[in-house]
Formats: sequence, C-alpha cells, structure tokens
Amino acid sequence: MDKTVNQKAWFLVLPVFLVVAFSAVLPLMTVVNYSMQDTFGNNQFFWNGVGWFKELLDPSTDLGGRFLASLGRNLFFSLVILAIEVPLGIVVALSMPREGWTVAACLVILALPLLIPWNVVGTIWQIFGRPDIGLLGYVLNAAGFDYNYVSNDIDAWVTVIVMDVWHWTSLVALLCYAGLKSIPEAYYQAAQIDGASRWAVFKAIQLPKMNRVLLIAVLLRFMDSFMIYTEPFVVTGGGPGNSTTFVSIELVKIALGQFDLGKAAALSLVYNLIILIVCWIFYTVMTNAGVERKVQASSEPAVEPKPSVGLKPVPALKPKEGVA
Amino acid sequence: MHSIPGRRLIMGLFLVFLLLPIYWLVNMSFKTNSEIVSTMTLWPHTPTLQHYKRIFTDESWYSGYINSLEYVVLNTIISIAVALPAAYAFSRYRFLGDKHLFFWLLSNRMAPAAVYALPFFNLYSAIGLFDTPWAVALAHCIFNVPLAVWILEGFVSGVPREIDETAFLDGYSFPRFFIKILVPLIASGIGVAAFFCFMFSWVELLLARTLTSVSAKPIAAIMTRTVSAAGMDWGLLAAAGVLTIIPGALVIWFVRNYIARGFALGRV
Repeated sequence: MDKTVNQKAWFLVLPVFLVVAFSAVLPLMTVVNYSMQDTFGNNQFFWNGVGWFKELLDPSTDLGGRFLASLGRNLFFSLVILAIEVPLGIVVALSMPREGWTVAACLVILALPLLIPWNVVGTIWQIFGRPDIGLLGYVLNAAGFDYNYVSNDIDAWVTVIVMDVWHWTSLVALLCYAGLKSIPEAYYQAAQIDGASRWAVFKAIQLPKMNRVLLIAVLLRFMDSFMIYTEPFVVTGGGPGNSTTFVSIELVKIALGQFDLGKAAALSLVYNLIILIVCWIFYTVMTNAGVERKVQASSEPAVEPKPSVGLKPVPALKPKEGVA
Repeated sequence: MHSIPGRRLIMGLFLVFLLLPIYWLVNMSFKTNSEIVSTMTLWPHTPTLQHYKRIFTDESWYSGYINSLEYVVLNTIISIAVALPAAYAFSRYRFLGDKHLFFWLLSNRMAPAAVYALPFFNLYSAIGLFDTPWAVALAHCIFNVPLAVWILEGFVSGVPREIDETAFLDGYSFPRFFIKILVPLIASGIGVAAFFCFMFSWVELLLARTLTSVSAKPIAAIMTRTVSAAGMDWGLLAAAGVLTIIPGALVIWFVRNYIARGFALGRV
C-alpha cells in the first residue's frame, strides 16, 4: 500500500502515545531508579550502583542463583509447551469440520478456555487434579498411579504443562485455521490434478500458507509462557519447594513479598530486556518474511521449488502480502 | 484434500479434553460441600443452589463482580477511544518514527505484568488512584491499547481510501468524517476490538489484585478468600469460577468469525 507522508498524523497518534507512555515509560523509570539502590526499612535508600546486576548474573549469590534457576525453569517450560502446542494446534486446525453448524460450534468450544480468567484456569485444574476431590487425580490414583501435584515435583510439572496445553492450544489452532481458510480452492484443485499426496499438499500448500500465522502463534505463546504467573501460582504456588517457580513468580515474591525493591527492580530490567530482544527478533523476521515473499511472488516461475504440485498454473492467485 | 484422516476422532477427543475440566467445575458448583469431600460422584446427587445463592446475596461477593465489570468497561472505553485515531493514522499515513512506534506498542503488549506490579503500585498510590477502578483500568491500557491499535488498523485498512477522499471533497471536516463515515464503516471492527479489550482485562489478575485492596477488589481476588480456618469451601469456589466464565461464553458467539484475528493482534 502506498501511504502518503503526513507528519500531522502524529496528532492522531498522540493520545495513544501519552496513555502508553504514562503506563509504561513512567513506571519503568522508577524501576531504573530503584535498581541502583538498596533499601532498609521505611524509605531509606542507599546507592548501590550496578551491584544488583552483578549479583543477578552470578549464580553463586542468593539472588543470582534464584534468578538463573527460575530463568532456566521458565525457558524449559516455554520450550516444552511450544513443542506440544504448535504441532497439536496444527493437527486440530486440520481436523476442523469443513462446513455447517459444527464449524461454529467447534470454534466456540475451542475459544472457551481462552476466555476464562487466568486464576480460574488455575482453580479449575486445582480441583480437577486433586487426588481427593478431583476427577483426574482420583482416576489416576484409582488406576494405580501415585499422582499428587502438591508433593511430587514431576506431577506438579506435568499438571502445569497439561494445564497450559489445555489453556492455549486453542490459540494456535484458531490462528492456523484462519491461515488455512485463506488458501484459495484452486490450489487444492491444481494439486489434485497433479495427483499430489496428502503429505505433499500439506508441505507445499498448507504449511507455507500458515507460515505467517504460525510465526505469530509462536511469538505469542513464547511471550505469554515466558511471563506466566497466575495459573501455576494458583495450582502449585511455585512448589513443591521451588520446582515450579517461574521468573514472574520469583519476581513477585521478591518485590511484593519481601519488598526488596532494589533486587526486584534489577531483576525486572533484565527480564524486560530479554523480552524486548526476543520481541525484536520476531518482529524483524516477521517483517522480512513479508518482503521476501513479495520478491518471490514477482519472480514466481524461476524459484518455484515444487513444480510437480502444480502451483504454477495459478501465480496470479498469489494473494498480496500485507506488511507485518 | 483440506483435512486429514480421522479428523472427526481427533476433533472429538480434543473437545472432550477441553470440556472435561469445565464440566467438573460446573458439576462441583451444584454439589453440597459434604458431597464433594465424602464421595466421588459424576453428577450432583443432591443438587443445590446454595453456593450461587450465597454469591448473589452476600455483598462482599457480588460487589467483586461489579468492581471487575467497572474497571473492565472503563478500560475498554479508554482503549478504543485512544486507539481509533491512531489506527487511522497508522493505516493511512507515513510519518516520522511510525515503524518504531508500532514496534514499541507491540513490545508493551508483551511486557510481563509482574515487572509493572510494583511501580504501578507506587505510581497510583502517589496520585491517589490506588484502590479505585481507574487505577486498574489505566494499568490494563498497557496491553489493551496496543492490541486495540493493531486490530483496528487492520479494519481501517479494509476501507478503501477513495471513501476518505470523496468525503473530504464533499466538504466533510476531519472530525465529522471520522464520526459520521469511518466509525460506522468499521463498526464490526470496533466491536471485535472492544471484545478483546474486555476479555484481556477480564482475565488479568496480577495487576488488578495489586492495585486494589478493599473497595475496588475484583472478583478474581475475592475468590482466594474461600480458604478459611474451616478448610476450603470448594462448592463456593466452583460456583464463583463458573460465574466468571459466563460473560466470555455469552459474547463469544458474536465474534466467533473474528476470534483468530483478535488473538493474532489483527495480523491474520
């Protein structure tokens, strides 16, 4: 799209800028301020320079040990749920009914977990998994598994992961479904004429079409799982011991539990920086993917990798790519 | 060609997996506490409405729902109001720093709430908004305003530019064009954006809990009270949980075709 250059547009953006600056930049400044100081008791502050940051990155100190351990747990958690939710989401999206009232019904049921307050998600799994009153815990124990998420580390982890899969796989599925729906019928017809196998259709037509939405899905799922707080906190409270204490839980413990403002602020900054970097990488990849495919579309026949699947007859149908 | 073999079975199993925990919650909310603790029953043998009755008659309970709705509605109004002009600007014009601003908005949507809990607490205490719905409404703007901008930008881009030009040729001033022509044209988009602002503000707990203490306490925070010296009041907890699911479940039907778009920050 050719947009006109107009600096007056800043006036239209100004309200957003002010609101977000008020609720993001201003608080962040206090965080920067705190991160350089130590506090004893009531509002007595002492200059500490970069001391907290040094401690934070040194695993031998208490603060550093706690931060790095929770960071490791959090990264592991994010990777596990991505490895489960992305393939499962794709499979569910491919399993969506084609037409009729069942489509709407499936969409509504799929979206249901996404609309439940996060602490209620925790509550649901708490009372679903408890061995004494929960269906899942009761059935598992009756079947001979010694399942108890309150006392066993592995059970707690499994519960938290299954809960996240329950909560968020629908998001991946809905995004993929939207991507699949944007594929023109002609692509499938061309593939059928060429006698392409089911797998070839998936690899050459459906997967490339889902690229963009999958990227968004991975970004959202990584970010949201990286800052997960409420759900595991309600179910396990970070325990047993510290085994399900993720970065946000650790941070809130230090900030609002111990009121250790300096440490909490330093941790916040490092945490935010990690998020910002990952976010920027995704944003760049997303923007570049848009540009790359524009180039590819314009030189279609030369770079078409799989002529056998028959995308060639319909280059004109390549829908225009929006800029991410 | 579109779908895979055994898709009915896969879909069916997945839907059961999604519904089973919710069914258990609903089931439990209709049981008496003695039935919950003593036996494992798949449906309430002595069905009771006592938990729901308690929530609807005890002010400390139902005021939680009112408090939550208050800040959620406030937040939705603020978010949409400031996001609309910005969405138009991003969609139609190129200006100094537009791409950086767009990325900055995205990065705020991703910022962990835990980072902001403490500074927000200080900020809103300092300006005297602590424990009011305004504090939570403004705090939730940090992720809802970017979301609203991203969703609305997509819808505004769907309106042909010729319409703007014709309107201006006809002598419409910018505010009049905006309210009389653009807003009705993207009414569905505004509805979708409002739904998502409503929803994300409704499901968030950490900030809402940190910024309130007594008079503006959200229902999600009140639910933690069911732990008492006499043990957990499981039935009450389940009933309160069911009631928090209902608002989302009611409106979801209207936006079912836009769900993916909203969750993808308007990028589908």
